[in-house]
Amino acid sequence: MSIVVYPDKCTGCTLCVKACAFKAIEMKAREGTPRKLAVIDLDKCTLCGACVDACAKFQAIEIKAEKESSSDLSHYKGVWVFAEQREGKIQPVAYELLGEGRKLAQELKTDLAAVLCGGEEIEEEVAHLFAYGADKAYLLHHDELKDYKSLPYTRAIAEVLTKHKPEVFLLGATTMGRDLAARLAIRIGAGLTADCTGLDIDPEKKILRQTRPAFGGNIMATIISPNNRPQMATVRPKVFRKADKQDGRKGELIKFNPVINPEDLVVKLIEVIKDESVKVNLTEAEIIVSGGRGIGEAKNFALIEELAKALGGAVGASRATVDAGWISAHHQVGQTGKTVAPKLYIACGISGKIQHLVGMQSSNTIVAINKDPDAPIFKVATYGIVGDLFEYVPLLTKKLQELRG
Amino acid sequence: MNIIVCIKQVPDTTEVKINPETNTLIREGVPSIVNPFDENAVEAALKLKEKHGGKVTVITMGPPQAAEALKTCLAMGVDEVLLISDRAFAGSDTWATSHTLAQAIKKLGQFDLILCGKQAIDGDTAQVGPGIAEWLNIPQVTFAVKIEAEEKKAKVERMLEEVNEVVETPLPAVITVVKQINEPRLPSLKGMMRAKKTEIKTLKADDIQAEAKNIGLNGSPTQVVKIFTPPPKSGGEKLEGEANEIVDRLVAKIKERKII
Repeated sequence: MSIVVYPDKCTGCTLCVKACAFKAIEMKAREGTPRKLAVIDLDKCTLCGACVDACAKFQAIEIKAEKESSSDLSHYKGVWVFAEQREGKIQPVAYELLGEGRKLAQELKTDLAAVLCGGEEIEEEVAHLFAYGADKAYLLHHDELKDYKSLPYTRAIAEVLTKHKPEVFLLGATTMGRDLAARLAIRIGAGLTADCTGLDIDPEKKILRQTRPAFGGNIMATIISPNNRPQMATVRPKVFRKADKQDGRKGELIKFNPVINPEDLVVKLIEVIKDESVKVNLTEAEIIVSGGRGIGEAKNFALIEELAKALGGAVGASRATVDAGWISAHHQVGQTGKTVAPKLYIACGISGKIQHLVGMQSSNTIVAINKDPDAPIFKVATYGIVGDLFEYVPLLTKKLQELRG
Repeated sequence: MNIIVCIKQVPDTTEVKINPETNTLIREGVPSIVNPFDENAVEAALKLKEKHGGKVTVITMGPPQAAEALKTCLAMGVDEVLLISDRAFAGSDTWATSHTLAQAIKKLGQFDLILCGKQAIDGDTAQVGPGIAEWLNIPQVTFAVKIEAEEKKAKVERMLEEVNEVVETPLPAVITVVKQINEPRLPSLKGMMRAKKTEIKTLKADDIQAEAKNIGLNGSPTQVVKIFTPPPKSGGEKLEGEANEIVDRLVAKIKERKII
């Protein structure tokens, strides 16, 4: 595998040099022409492909992989979804994955299935899986699967995936999904792409194309897993719409009794610490009202909470407010906090540093309230209000309360 | 305690800008840094060493310039560093990276704990930490916000979406940490001078018996087929007028968009 610059196509424009994060490309003089040639230092090059993209106009750079293996993967069939459950309830992200999974299954002309792990009572939830479109539900029953633990879940799901050989396996990019998928992929030899924001099927090759942000959201990458099965991907909550619900829809229930070994049980759950200030899972919230440094002090989060309440939404926070101890870290939105994509995100007194933006810029509608007209938050805001949040937030709250009657 | 910390040298993605003409990334002049979450991992390791004694070794898989990131860690006060570098590793996805790091760790002999940052700010996958745990067949605990270690086991508090969870794991294990766990110390002057003088040891693919089928571009189950920059944000509408008017218009727009 290698990377090559085609001298006859290279115009010496230097776009590739500028695109390389590893300073691996230099322009060198060549005979017979004043135009310099891009030369790639293979010791520094990580084959990330940024230069190939930068040279889209001239296509002078190409990464050559060795020929793909010709192993026959046609016996892998089915689009499967991990039905994440917490405290016996299937999480909304599972229904979002079923919605997208159905489209993929249709393209691939195959079935859509869900994998649900839990204790005895979890069987009650199966009806929801069929209602949201699963043709099959694989129920993995075991006392040790009642609550999520990395090793037992990896063991059980690896077993069912190896036995039934789906071609695609999707999980929510939640703390559970990310913890599980990463280990599971290595266990079963699958290719895994994290945090996908787009999934589609290559019409010719009939493989999954996975699109996701990288570089803190500054670029998008499309990734494939051509030779390994299943093709695994995690998807963040709220990226896809929930499947339409059809109560009473039927499907095939397949019960599976996984073998859990003693060595899978070495990590023990000691305690769950609830955060009383957290009423709603931020990553699942449809509406979020966030407070930033501009709110001035901890007690002013009360204003943010009231507006959130009037909208039926959750409270978010910038890192500055969390670091200052004004609110707990579970509310933090941003690069080192949570990534959210609600229908409505209202940023109050938040300047919009890039570390915050990467956590919320995919929100459907963004409203920004800030005294500073040059605050970077206004660049991503759908609607911007240059003004004092202490004036606008209570006013907005009052208006919404009036509407509710 | 023998602690190994896996770090990555990354471009500072918060400094990256987009060229407005070509809509491509301008990576020129973007500083290379130790992945911020990995700095938290190094700090956690140093704190554990201060409490329990032992040794902190920092390793990284990367091109030769990744040695700079290792020097930063030396300047923070770690005992040893190791660069795992080979042209054969170029193009590695998380499968190949976690395999390579696991092979290198096997070469280091006895260890009690492996610490990693939750994720790298360029790849953003959070997959390598758990991958290493699986290759080494040891437990993993992710999203750690507090670590208490004793002989042969650790109590770890994990930060989940709505709650925190406290688990107990036997050691050795892999623990990945989030930013909220600590405030990384700044390199000391003495540390920086020591780092400057230290020659960085490098291990290549053969030195760690990394299998060709599990490293580099060809050892990677996933392949990047396209990189593109998302369409630029056009910036929205600034609502103007008297406060009450603005609020009325905003509420109307929210209703229009069927949000409420």
